[in-house]
Amino acid sequence: MMRTIKSIEISNAVEKLCADANYSLPSDVLESLKKNSEKETGIAKDIFNQIIKNAEIAENEKIPLCQDTGTANFFIKLGRDAQISGGNIYDAVNKGVVAGYEKNYLRKSIVSDPLERKNTGDNTPANIYVDIVEGDKIEITFMPKGGGSENAGALKMLEPSAGWEGVKDFVLKVVKDKSANACPPLVVGVGIGGDFASVGLSAKKALLRELDSHNQDDSYAAKEQELLKEINNLKIGPMGMGGRTTALAVFIEVKPAHIASLPVAVSIQCHSCRRKKIVL
Amino acid sequence: MKINVQDLACNTGILKAGQQIYLSGTIFTARDTAHARIVNIINSGGKSHFELEGSAIYYCGPSPAKPGQAIGACGPTTSARMDVFTPKILEKGVKILIGKGARKDFVVDSIKKHKAVYLAATGGVAALLSKTVKKAETIAFEDLGPEAVYKLEVEDIPLIVAVDSEGNDIFKRQKLGS
Repeated sequence: MMRTIKSIEISNAVEKLCADANYSLPSDVLESLKKNSEKETGIAKDIFNQIIKNAEIAENEKIPLCQDTGTANFFIKLGRDAQISGGNIYDAVNKGVVAGYEKNYLRKSIVSDPLERKNTGDNTPANIYVDIVEGDKIEITFMPKGGGSENAGALKMLEPSAGWEGVKDFVLKVVKDKSANACPPLVVGVGIGGDFASVGLSAKKALLRELDSHNQDDSYAAKEQELLKEINNLKIGPMGMGGRTTALAVFIEVKPAHIASLPVAVSIQCHSCRRKKIVL
Repeated sequence: MKINVQDLACNTGILKAGQQIYLSGTIFTARDTAHARIVNIINSGGKSHFELEGSAIYYCGPSPAKPGQAIGACGPTTSARMDVFTPKILEKGVKILIGKGARKDFVVDSIKKHKAVYLAATGGVAALLSKTVKKAETIAFEDLGPEAVYKLEVEDIPLIVAVDSEGNDIFKRQKLGS
C-alpha cells in the first residue's frame, strides 16, 4: 500500500532542518565536549570554554554556531512504499535549502563552477544521497559541513597486504598533517573497503553516528578505540594549539572489497559537529 | 592583555607567541578570492580599496546579519589558504593577520621579516565572536557575497598570538612537543 507525501512537506521539513542544525549543537556533541574539557588546562581549556559558551549563545539567540553554515548534505532513507506527489525528491530538498538558508540568515557558500567560482547565491545545489529502504516513511538527515574540515579529508587505494597497519598509518598521517586546520577537537570518519567511489561515502556517513556509539562488530569497535587513543596521543589539541583532545570520536564503516583492493577514506568533521534528523 | 589595532601595528614586538589578547579597533575581512583580487591590483600597480599600511586583515566570510545585528556569525577561516598571497600583502605594510590554523614556513619567515604578527581566533565559535563586532560595512567586491571585504569595528575580540614578530610559531612549538 503506497503512502503519498507531498513534495512541499519535504521542502518545509528541510527548511526547518537548515535552521535547527545550524543553531543547535546536538546534545551528544555538547556532552562529549564538556566531558573532554575537564581533562584540559591552559589554552586548550580556554578554547573548550569558548566552544561551550558559543553553543549556548547560538542556541539562545539563533545565531549560526559557525559562519560556515556549510555545504548542505542530506542522507535520505526513502521507504519504497512512500510516493512523492508534486515534484521529485531532489527538487523538494533544494527548494527547502533555498528557503532555509535565506530566511534564517545562513551563509551561502556554494560556487557554481569549481574553477570560475561564482556564488550560486542560495547555497544550492545540495549534496543528496538517497538509499531505498523498506517501509513507507522518508527519513532525512541533514549535515551542514564546513569547508575547512572537508578540505582535510583524504582517500587512498591501499594494497591488501597493507592490512590494518596500513589503514591505521594512513589515518594517522592524514590527521597529523591536516587536522590543525580543520578545527579540532574532531570527529574522524573512516571508510574501509568498497571501491573508490563508495569508500568516501562510507567515511562521510560514519560522521552521522552519535558520539557515544561504536561499530557493532567488536573487532572494529576496538579498532575505533585504538585509533582514537593514537590520534589523541598526537597532542595536536583544540585548534591545533596542543592538548589532550585532538578527536572526540573515531567511527569506522566497512564494506566488502575486490580481491585486489583495500580502499580507505578519511572524512574529518570539526568540533561543530552539526546534524539533525527528521522522519516524515 | 587588551590592545588596540593602531598601537599594536606600531609596536608588534610587544606580543609573544602563546599570549592571549583582546584586540579592539578597525579590521578588514578578506579571504580567498578577495586576496587574489587585492594581489592582482597590487601587481598591476593599482591601489587597494583600503589602506594596507599598518592595517589588520581578518580571514573571515561572515554569515548575513539579521535586522538589528551589526553582523552575523563571523569566525575565522583557515589561514593556510591565504599563505600564497601573504608575503605580498605583508610587503605592502599589513601588520596584523587574523585567522585560524598553522602557516607555512615561508609565511612565518615573511612575518618575521616585516615585523608583523599572526593572531589566531578560535574556529567554530562564530556566534560568540559576533558579539565583539560593533559595526560592519562592505567596502569592496560586493559581488563576492560572503567573500566581500568588510570593514569591521571590533571590541575585545579574544585572540591568541600564534606567530610573533620574531617568528616564534605556536604551532611549530607544539609540533616539536615542547
